[in-house]
Amino acid sequence: MTESIADLRVTPLDALHRALGARMVGFAGYAMPVSYPAGILAEHRACREGAALFDVSHMGQAELRGPDAAPALTRLVPGDILGLRPGRQRYTLLTNASGGIRDDLMVARLAEDRLFLIVNAACKAADFAHISANLPPAVTLAEQPGRALLAFQGPKALALLTPLAPALASLPFMAVGECAIAGIPCLVSRSGYTGEDGVEISLPAASAEDLARTLLALPGVLPAGLGARDVLRLEAGLCLYGQDIDETTTPVAAGLAWTIGKRRRENWDFPGGAAIRDELAAGPAQRRVGLRLEGRAPARAGAVILAEGREVGRVTSGGFSPTLAAPIAMGYVAAAFAQPGTALAIVVRERALPARVTPLPFIPHHYAS
Amino acid sequence: MAETRYTKDHEWVRRDGDALTIGITDHAQTALGDLVFIELPEPGRAVEAGEACAVVESVKAASDVYAPLAGTIAAVNGAIVEDPALVNRAPEGEGWFFRLTQANPDDFAALLDEAAYRALVASL
Repeated sequence: MTESIADLRVTPLDALHRALGARMVGFAGYAMPVSYPAGILAEHRACREGAALFDVSHMGQAELRGPDAAPALTRLVPGDILGLRPGRQRYTLLTNASGGIRDDLMVARLAEDRLFLIVNAACKAADFAHISANLPPAVTLAEQPGRALLAFQGPKALALLTPLAPALASLPFMAVGECAIAGIPCLVSRSGYTGEDGVEISLPAASAEDLARTLLALPGVLPAGLGARDVLRLEAGLCLYGQDIDETTTPVAAGLAWTIGKRRRENWDFPGGAAIRDELAAGPAQRRVGLRLEGRAPARAGAVILAEGREVGRVTSGGFSPTLAAPIAMGYVAAAFAQPGTALAIVVRERALPARVTPLPFIPHHYAS
Repeated sequence: MAETRYTKDHEWVRRDGDALTIGITDHAQTALGDLVFIELPEPGRAVEAGEACAVVESVKAASDVYAPLAGTIAAVNGAIVEDPALVNRAPEGEGWFFRLTQANPDDFAALLDEAAYRALVASL
């Protein structure tokens, strides 16, 4: 994913990243911090034990407005958007006609006629074009390029944050609300991409550095980059779009069929709905699984997965889990080999390393209730 | 009297009598970040200059370590296999990788001296 530094866009926190000594890389067209001087392991530990601040302003933010905003989005995703109450957020998928995944996204219902969307940076132009092309005249998609997005994650994140924003103490998991933090107007959701409790904060770009500096000044908080974020989400068993899921993987194979709303299973009236219904009934040919390797050598994306010497799948994400002090991976394997406990092997530098199918997540989620 | 030379791939080579000790530079360990896995060559293996003969994995990615000159692997540092972070803590000391024998002295003399290596790092 590394790109030439020329022609990269920058986030509103670019100057702060550089002042903090971040190592910057190109990611989805943006100059992003991959790590800070403390290092990925320290950043990971801060998030698992204290709190860490991530700049995720490269992600796409947009508001869908109009009395029929929810029915309009419902036609494009398998999630139950009509049943999403104001103040609640949901993880859902944009699917294509064959049931593949165009993107995964968060949808928050701010009001009956207002939905707030957060999509992946690499997909945002295509997503917004696709959504806009499928809207009735009275619904509009308003992109929010003037907003930054910060993720403040970790078991101590809320305790540190609530003195600055008392209203957040009672915000349940996957709830969203507009509230001021240290006097800055923010849109806050109790969610994240680390497996820990925490919030994601959307706010005007002009205020982003002020808030970031305020949060970084709290005790025990470290800035964390994409490197730590990738390790954290892998330990939490969460998919990275473009790696673990894409246009060729379906919600069924990816283990994301839980995102298909109960009411949506009556009519299957979303892109690829019939294909997904049939695949769910027949069972997928491949399934996404967690894998633990013996020894210490990590297996990276693309590594071949073997069963009895025969290729049965590929690793899509892999690395070293600091929490488990062991290499972990996710990948797709033929459904017959997807049962937890199944003994497989992964080819790393031409050697078949023993591995075992492991339930996801690798470490338990610690979300607020 | 030991003498240390460097490669453009950010390895150091310390000559002490006939033995050459090889590791990665502080610049290299900083660029790689926290190391979590190291694979070293088998002692007795003959290596060519520039041949990939060790692997380091950081949290982010895997990288090869190259033989800076031709020779035979005489010893490897098992301590860094047990504790890869030792390379982060002491890259140019206890975090050495392997020792080479039967190397050509002219090959050593052709490596970068400290001033040339520092100039290389400064230019990055």
